Amino acid sequence: MTTRNLDIETVRHVAHLARLRISDEEAALYAAQLSKIVAYVDQLNEVDTSNVEPTAHPLPLMNVWREDNPTPSWTPQQALQNAPQSQNNFFRVPKVLDQESP
Amino acid sequence: MTVATKVRPIIGLEIHVQLRTRTKLFCGCEVQTDAPPNSRVCGICLGHPGTLPVMNRVALESAALAGMALGCEIARFTKWDRKSYYYPDLPKNYQISQYDIPLAAGGTFEFDVDGSPREIRIRRAHLEEDAGKNIHDTPGCTLVDLNRTGTPLLEIVTEPDLASADDTYAFCVELQRLVRHLGVSEADMQKGHMRFEPNVNVAIEHNGREYRTPIAEVKNINSFKFVRQAISYEIERQVAVWEENNDYVIGKASNENRGWDADRGVTEFQRGKEAAHDYRYFPDPDLLPVQLSDETLGSIRAQLVERPVQRRRRFASEYGLSMKDAETIVEHRPTADLFDEVIKLGGPAEIAGKQFVNVWLKHANDRGVAVTELGVEAARIAELAKMTAEGTVNKTAANQLADAMLTRSNCPSALAKELGLVQVQDADATARWVDEAFAANQQAVSDARTNPKKMQAAIGFLRGQVMKLSGGKADPKLVGKLIEERLQQP
Repeated sequence: MTTRNLDIETVRHVAHLARLRISDEEAALYAAQLSKIVAYVDQLNEVDTSNVEPTAHPLPLMNVWREDNPTPSWTPQQALQNAPQSQNNFFRVPKVLDQESP
Repeated sequence: MTVATKVRPIIGLEIHVQLRTRTKLFCGCEVQTDAPPNSRVCGICLGHPGTLPVMNRVALESAALAGMALGCEIARFTKWDRKSYYYPDLPKNYQISQYDIPLAAGGTFEFDVDGSPREIRIRRAHLEEDAGKNIHDTPGCTLVDLNRTGTPLLEIVTEPDLASADDTYAFCVELQRLVRHLGVSEADMQKGHMRFEPNVNVAIEHNGREYRTPIAEVKNINSFKFVRQAISYEIERQVAVWEENNDYVIGKASNENRGWDADRGVTEFQRGKEAAHDYRYFPDPDLLPVQLSDETLGSIRAQLVERPVQRRRRFASEYGLSMKDAETIVEHRPTADLFDEVIKLGGPAEIAGKQFVNVWLKHANDRGVAVTELGVEAARIAELAKMTAEGTVNKTAANQLADAMLTRSNCPSALAKELGLVQVQDADATARWVDEAFAANQQAVSDARTNPKKMQAAIGFLRGQVMKLSGGKADPKLVGKLIEERLQQP
């Protein structure tokens, strides 16, 4: 089994991408745990896949689609019932500083 | 300060076009972004656990049709990928998009700039879902409306083949015409149906060396005018930055994202590309791949219509229309279809073209409707043009006839007879009106004969008087000729 160690910097980077705040202790703990997970998955690298088409989906199914016909939506009340905060039928979230979305 | 010797802008674009579907890309919620907040949402577009997206067939076919019209190869096999990012406008925390196998790739697209042809290569076009709307104007919080979440978008990526702000502007306008002509998008700029992200840098030739400035991507512009302004601004800004410090090594300064501030007319730094998000694309296990058969592709290809740029050029070359008139008619596909029909039914192209623009389109504009909604059929439009060309009615009478045709369904020849608008070719009758006009307007006659300063005006006045006496039925050419002759006589 090959081993690959994830450093704490990588763990912090991944946590940032997922918008998670983690402590130094947690970063160290996750670095060790994630290294083991990656090492486990790395076993797949022992198989020669150079002549294998990449799998797009595990099921042998294609072309499942629907016609362009509207179905009923939820009411704003239904949509918002699990939201921690709402205001005038909007979801209310902490101020987003980074104004940019992809 | 060193002066840049030769500056060549290099411009490419990413464009998001909202496809015209009734429902969202992966759920049956209606696409109606101006509905009350969060009233067009469901568990799928809200990203609730346990829900499964199902692809909208019309969105896929519209995207494929647009891809074909852009000259792209359509992928026979394609799939969906997750683009991960955390932002409240997309509650799943990923956007469903297409990463390594776009639906369409490798096209070219033609357009015209002031009548001269241009070409741009299309790198790819793929389908993806739109995000919702964040509203930032409430202090201390952000409000989120997810009605738009999941709306189908076609993302088009061009090669950096454009060389000026004006060329880019012309391309963007032509792209709008194309998607409207195909019927795949309403492409309403006010509603944000088309959003542009130009990539701009400049190649500067100086002392035998070529420098290239870092590429700036200007995010999310929703008007043609702002595209042009933002690019012009960027070109000037980048040259100025280079002139200040042109010793940087190529590749040292990094690419950046900038935003267009329309109020101040400037672009502003948003972030460097090295801080770019890591989107961690991977195939979406919730959606099945797509395989497009020859049959499906054939039936989509059958919907491909003549592209507006080709249609405009044909109207100019075949029908002899001015580029401006051709552009006006081709702006709206049913209008262009109607005009083709008029010509097919024997309308003489030149007069039919002028009449179409100056009379029929004018009536339509005055009423705020399309020319196809005036209730005047191609056959009658063709007949009026023919009557005008053959001299059965003169131009003024033709305008009066057109007015009558709007409210009555009779054919123009019958209306012309009934309203007494048939042009009089009778030289004797016309000569009598000329005599009458001369007798009643001695001063004008004398001016026309002896006063070089007033001569033209006086002749024009006399011609008008004769037309008036004829009730608009005289042939203006014959009137002109007879007035000339009469002026020569004592």
